[in-house]
Amino acid sequence: MRVPARVRLLAPPLAWIGVFYVVPLLLILAVSFVSRGAYGGVSWTPNWGNYGRIFDSLYGAVFFRSIVLSTAATAACALLAFPVSWWMARSPKRSQETLLLLVLIPFWTNILVRLYAWMFLLSGAGLLNSALQALGLTRGPVDILYTRGAILLGLLYGNLPLMILPLYASLERIDKSLLEAARDLYASPAQTLFRVILPLAKPGLAAGCILVFTSALCDFATPDLLGGAKNMLVGNLIQQQYLVARDWPFGSALSLTQMLVIGGGLLLFRRLEKAA
Amino acid sequence: MLAAAGWATLLFLYMPILVVLVFSFNASQYGARWGGFTWEWYARLAHNQNILRAAWNSLLIGVVSSALATVLGTMAALAVERFRWARPELWEGFFFIPIVVPELMMAIGFLLLFGVFGFPFGLGTLLLGHTTLNLPIVWLIVRARLKKLDPRLEEAALDLGATPWTAFWRVTFPLLSPAIVGGALTAFAISIDDFVISFFVAGPNSTTLPIQIYSMLKFSISPEVNALSAVLFVASMVLVGAAHFLQDRKEGYVH
Repeated sequence: MRVPARVRLLAPPLAWIGVFYVVPLLLILAVSFVSRGAYGGVSWTPNWGNYGRIFDSLYGAVFFRSIVLSTAATAACALLAFPVSWWMARSPKRSQETLLLLVLIPFWTNILVRLYAWMFLLSGAGLLNSALQALGLTRGPVDILYTRGAILLGLLYGNLPLMILPLYASLERIDKSLLEAARDLYASPAQTLFRVILPLAKPGLAAGCILVFTSALCDFATPDLLGGAKNMLVGNLIQQQYLVARDWPFGSALSLTQMLVIGGGLLLFRRLEKAA
Repeated sequence: MLAAAGWATLLFLYMPILVVLVFSFNASQYGARWGGFTWEWYARLAHNQNILRAAWNSLLIGVVSSALATVLGTMAALAVERFRWARPELWEGFFFIPIVVPELMMAIGFLLLFGVFGFPFGLGTLLLGHTTLNLPIVWLIVRARLKKLDPRLEEAALDLGATPWTAFWRVTFPLLSPAIVGGALTAFAISIDDFVISFFVAGPNSTTLPIQIYSMLKFSISPEVNALSAVLFVASMVLVGAAHFLQDRKEGYVH
């Protein structure tokens, strides 16, 4: 019996993703319903308590803080990305490609390099504190690093290109004659923005919001390095449960709950896109 | 006004990285004071055994995993695009899911897979992890080019008596090669850059560059980090530029 060429071609990549992607996902689900082993790892006895623990006030607060910070970062990204995306979309076609590449390069720089850059700028002896003192605005170093503000800044900085790219893509497609028509009909610039440009930019804006919110909520390097130990977010919590506390079942329950939050966010952004 | 806001945003994106680049040449060891120009931190970097070993691991895993991902991803793209399937969208969805599900989930899944089945954490697990991360990316890039290629070119080769094998290597592969090379470069860049999966599946003797930087940031920041950051920044710029150039190169026979 000869195996058809298409099957021989598809089988290896399919099996690879099956074994190394689908099986691990199913494992997360399965492990979230069993107990922790005596020395870490997994003991395969059913346990429904992992999800209940998430509602302990301590962990609940971590979830709440993560959702608030991720939402704030998403909103800040949208506000900051809009002018630059519109500017890129209105630039001559030839320079648009260059500008896109310029936006992409920092994004492709290693996340740790980018986080280190902010640690360098924001630390007690860093450039920002030195500048503040040199200008006489503050007397001693101010705590900027290891605060929630620093996390927010890091999330904004790290995810801004994720908002700019889809937003630019939908703004770039807007027909110029629509803007001229609005002007001819005596629409003010604000009216043109809110009644013509924004409605047409909604798909890009929604896509950007989903990307930024997901990325911010799953981030653990940013809160770890810019937020320090007292400002734990759910990404850190999950990382700690897996690598430090070695409570894999609880970690699995946490990450599946995180996925539910992301799913909820996704539905919400979709709904907003349709409603607005 | 608008242009000023645009340039200001770009400045915001570049300013932190540029500051680190400048201070990687700073002779003064501490803080924000400028103490004159020096190459010293780069010289120390070149003699730091931990960093050199991490760089070697990163390169090794980058090359092997991107090669594997390129072969598997190209196979997937060809199988789905060039053959008739009753439900091609089923396969597309299958390869698309890993791209949309957050990387943290993939990292956790690997940790559990290798942990539960007692697979030792090290270069092997890193290799498997990075290949899985990159396979769907290569699939996506090659698939985009395949969709634009005219299938009649291949049909013409077959009509003229070429075997499917010859037709592939003499017609399809040359036309596809910019996407394959672009995909391989992208996969290599992603592998070198990856922190999340590596952090979860690396063993004690398989530190990669991002993990090395992380432990330096956590435990002992020295000006060498500036120099290392600068090196990585320049390397990623070169890689992204090359991948971009290859994928965008316009060629004939593509509509």
